[in-house]
Amino acid sequence: MKTAKRTKGTKITKKWELRLYVAGQTPKAITAFANLQKICDEFLADRYSIEVIDLLKNPKLAGGDQIIAVPTLVRKLPQPVRKIIGDLSNTQRVLVGLDLKERNLTIGGRR
Amino acid sequence: MAKNSTRFSRTQHKRNKRVISALKKCPTGISGLDEITEGGLPLGRPTLICGSAGCGKTLLAMEFISRGITEFNEPGVFMAFEETTEELATNVASLGMNLKEHIRQKKLAIDYVYIERSEIEETGEYDLEGLFVRLGNMIDSIGAKRVVLDTIEALFAGFSNEAVLRAELRRLFRWLKTKKVTTIITGEKGEKHLTRNGLEEYVSDCVILLDHRIVNEVATRRLRIVKYRGSKHGTNEYPTIIDENGLSVLPISSLGLTYPVSNDRIPTGIDRLDTMFGGKGYFRGTSVLVSGTAGSGKTSIAAAFADKTCRKGEKCIYFSFEESPEQIKRNMGSVGINLNQWEGKGLLKFHSTRPTLYGLEAHLVRIHKLVEEFHPTAVIMDPITNLAAIGESLEVKSMLTRIIDYLKNKQITTVFTSLTEGGGASAQSEVGISSLMDTWILLRHLETDGERNRLLYVLKSRGMAHSNQVREFVLSGKGVHLRDVYIGAGAVLTGSAREVQESKDNAQKLSDKQSSERRQRALRQQHLTLKGQVEALKVQLAGLAEELRISADAERCRIGVMHHRKKEMSLIRKAD
Repeated sequence: MKTAKRTKGTKITKKWELRLYVAGQTPKAITAFANLQKICDEFLADRYSIEVIDLLKNPKLAGGDQIIAVPTLVRKLPQPVRKIIGDLSNTQRVLVGLDLKERNLTIGGRR
Repeated sequence: MAKNSTRFSRTQHKRNKRVISALKKCPTGISGLDEITEGGLPLGRPTLICGSAGCGKTLLAMEFISRGITEFNEPGVFMAFEETTEELATNVASLGMNLKEHIRQKKLAIDYVYIERSEIEETGEYDLEGLFVRLGNMIDSIGAKRVVLDTIEALFAGFSNEAVLRAELRRLFRWLKTKKVTTIITGEKGEKHLTRNGLEEYVSDCVILLDHRIVNEVATRRLRIVKYRGSKHGTNEYPTIIDENGLSVLPISSLGLTYPVSNDRIPTGIDRLDTMFGGKGYFRGTSVLVSGTAGSGKTSIAAAFADKTCRKGEKCIYFSFEESPEQIKRNMGSVGINLNQWEGKGLLKFHSTRPTLYGLEAHLVRIHKLVEEFHPTAVIMDPITNLAAIGESLEVKSMLTRIIDYLKNKQITTVFTSLTEGGGASAQSEVGISSLMDTWILLRHLETDGERNRLLYVLKSRGMAHSNQVREFVLSGKGVHLRDVYIGAGAVLTGSAREVQESKDNAQKLSDKQSSERRQRALRQQHLTLKGQVEALKVQLAGLAEELRISADAERCRIGVMHHRKKEMSLIRKAD
């Protein structure tokens, strides 16, 4: 299963489109961006793009992706849309959230 | 130390300042709510509206925004966590609120916040700045003065980190205060607390509790102000209603026995009934109870009063709990009371509902609303007995007390009809409300000689000399009339028995008259006879007197002759 999914993931030639919503250059925002970049470099090398949206500058964009908490990472592509909130400090959970890792395993791990 | 004391004195100063400038209020425009809050919600502060599902929280909040726009020209922001903009607009469209139009005019901003926990993965620290940004953006874009968060508790379902959430909520309410917007936060009623997640902890300025309970299978809505910091407010549970005009609260429980009284009289519509009330009718602004058994003519008395009121050009509302307006009009037409014409002229208004249609409070609110709209001088409630079906007698009594207090305050004369059970004591009114009534007319049936007749008497009428007489109450095609009953020989006779007795009396009178004439004639005859006899005797007497005189003359003559002859004889005899 695990390998099947991975191969499925790698088959997708489209780029991963990620958006990181933040509200100002807060420490949380900076941490989140650093964590995200690290994860992407490791798991999605050259297949991703990150768009950082500062809600303080573009408050109207918050409604579109139903942003309440910041920082929020939204996976726009591939579908379906996924959301991860927080400073992305827990790499395992980020991977689960992005469907880069099987959910079952981590749920067990979480408990 | 010195620093501390200056700080202390500064806060003291601030506090004093707040005391001096009384709490400013933000009127909601919701009928009745501004009265019990004495002006509205605390201006620039959050207010919590809580209650169970379906009690009207969202509606109240939306009305606050909508009326703010239409009545006070204050733009508003509605942040919905449960319904989409479309759904909200559709839901309140039937209540006359045009949200789309408000949005187009940039008076209203609605944001639907959608949180689905299963779609969100939490990793590490976060805050709710996104919410702040969205809210702040909306407030600033239209210059909102009013904000609704409906219901912010959805956040508790969306995020697992309650500590963050609570800290953020506290920050949110503080932030809203600095934005100087008047906010309504709605919250679902919890088991131990007012709200499920203890929102009342954060919103300490004003808490309003909505309640929707079922009593005897009938739903009643109530509203109570749990607390209102820095302001006087009504503390009771106030009946509330949601109708085509939105939500209305009835501030009626706060009435007291302070109503004005009038010496003005208002005719009853039945001439001889006016006579029984000292010739002038009821006092204006009093409550009149007409009680009686089924079919005793209660509605007719009430309708006669309505007819008379309208005839004078005054307005009247007829609340009917048993019959439809058409039926009343037809039935009253049969006793010569044409109510149709008054309805056509807009002087009379019918309102027919089954008592069980909604709760007592809702009836109360409806009566209140109609009276406020129509401004009648007379109100008829026919019959109040049926209300007992939907509430405990104590509740019915308290409702009627409130109606009576309210109507008396408005100087409206009210006629209540009440059905008394055939078997029960007639002076015991079903709802036990007789003590609330100023005038009490009792109708009774009298069954004699195979027929039933109506009797009417005035049991009490405060403040006037009223008749103590029992009258027969006659309904005919020409109208409603009162007649004297036959009282004689220890019996009260009505109907045909009265007629029979009256014709008997007439016959008796005639024969009495005839016999007295006969007697007089006989006496006159006797008189004449005697008079004749007296005349005859007088003639006889005169004859006798003449006879007597003649005979005396003859005697005198004879004696004279005899004496003369004696002398002659002696001369002849040559006597010495």
